[in-house]
Amino acid sequence: MVSATEVWAALDAVPDPELPVVSLVELGVIGAVAIDGDRVQVELLPTFLGCPALETMRAQIEASIRALGGEPEVEVVLEDSWTSDRISAAGREKLRAAGIGPPQPVTPLIRLDPAAFRCPHCGSRDTTLENLFGATPCRSQRYCRTCRQPFEQLKAI
Amino acid sequence: MPGRAELLLPLADDELVLGWRDSEWTGVAPFLEEDVAFSSIAQNEIGHARALYELSVRGEGGGGEVDELALGRAAEEYRCAPLVTAALPEWEDTIARRILYELADALRIDALTGSDDAEVAGVARKIQREERYHWAHAEMWLERLLGDDEGRARLEAAVGRLWGATLGLLEPPLRPALEAEAARRFPFPLRGEPVERAAAPPGFEPLWEEMTAVRRLVPHGQW
Repeated sequence: MVSATEVWAALDAVPDPELPVVSLVELGVIGAVAIDGDRVQVELLPTFLGCPALETMRAQIEASIRALGGEPEVEVVLEDSWTSDRISAAGREKLRAAGIGPPQPVTPLIRLDPAAFRCPHCGSRDTTLENLFGATPCRSQRYCRTCRQPFEQLKAI
Repeated sequence: MPGRAELLLPLADDELVLGWRDSEWTGVAPFLEEDVAFSSIAQNEIGHARALYELSVRGEGGGGEVDELALGRAAEEYRCAPLVTAALPEWEDTIARRILYELADALRIDALTGSDDAEVAGVARKIQREERYHWAHAEMWLERLLGDDEGRARLEAAVGRLWGATLGLLEPPLRPALEAEAARRFPFPLRGEPVERAAAPPGFEPLWEEMTAVRRLVPHGQW
């Protein structure tokens, strides 16, 4: 029989399809894990409802549970569950190291205060918003005026 | 009390069809930032439609499957509002529609977060969380257009053309709140009678033909 600890460890080795520097666990998209005999129930919390990577995530979760000898049951939770605050400290650091600004803490009303964003390359706070939207639903695009590099910024939601 | 499908289908159809209309700017928006923004917003709206169809299917009086609801119905069975079906090839009209849609949509999503149906309220909260970015985009355009005389005149004309359809997006009890919000945002008067939902709204037939073409050609095809 598979243990929950093994499942969490296996899922922590599954890279996010769009941000492969972080795992699904670091991204916070894994909710509850429940074991019932061979059946392994996993809650998958979408970052954005329109996220096109969701089906890939589901397939990867299923494959990694089967590799452990479990029978996966992945439930996509549509209700409000994921927020960018679920990204772990380790996940944030990996994003920053990969040149992607980790999201700001979620506040009741998003005010795009430029002083709150740090360039992941040089740490400068002198950055500007280039586009609220980016290559995936969860990203914006910013520009650092100090090191003159564009960078991607994860949205706080 | 109306069933879930009754409550959610008009909203889901609006999100699907507006997502479709907004995606028409992919590749041809006036500049790259807006190309990316419209593509991303469109994808997000269609994601909301998918979640709402999913809830309709699961709920009482529901049944069927999500793709069938989204793309398998006859044109006259869709419940979308005239605001979202209209083909708007002029950029100023499209921008005005984005601003007006977000203004109105925020009110009905907010109302849904208070639903007694916990699943519906939960999905509404998720949508609300994501829609803040759509509003931030709309608000940026609003400020930009109101920043000079030409922008203001064009916005006023475009909003004037769409105002009746915007009122028609919401159920009558929510309309006074929309009028109050709009009066707060727009420095010009708004006039027009509500354009109500009806079968075959303007522009929908050709859009439906295109939207459902693949599914009609290959029923139940899998990708």
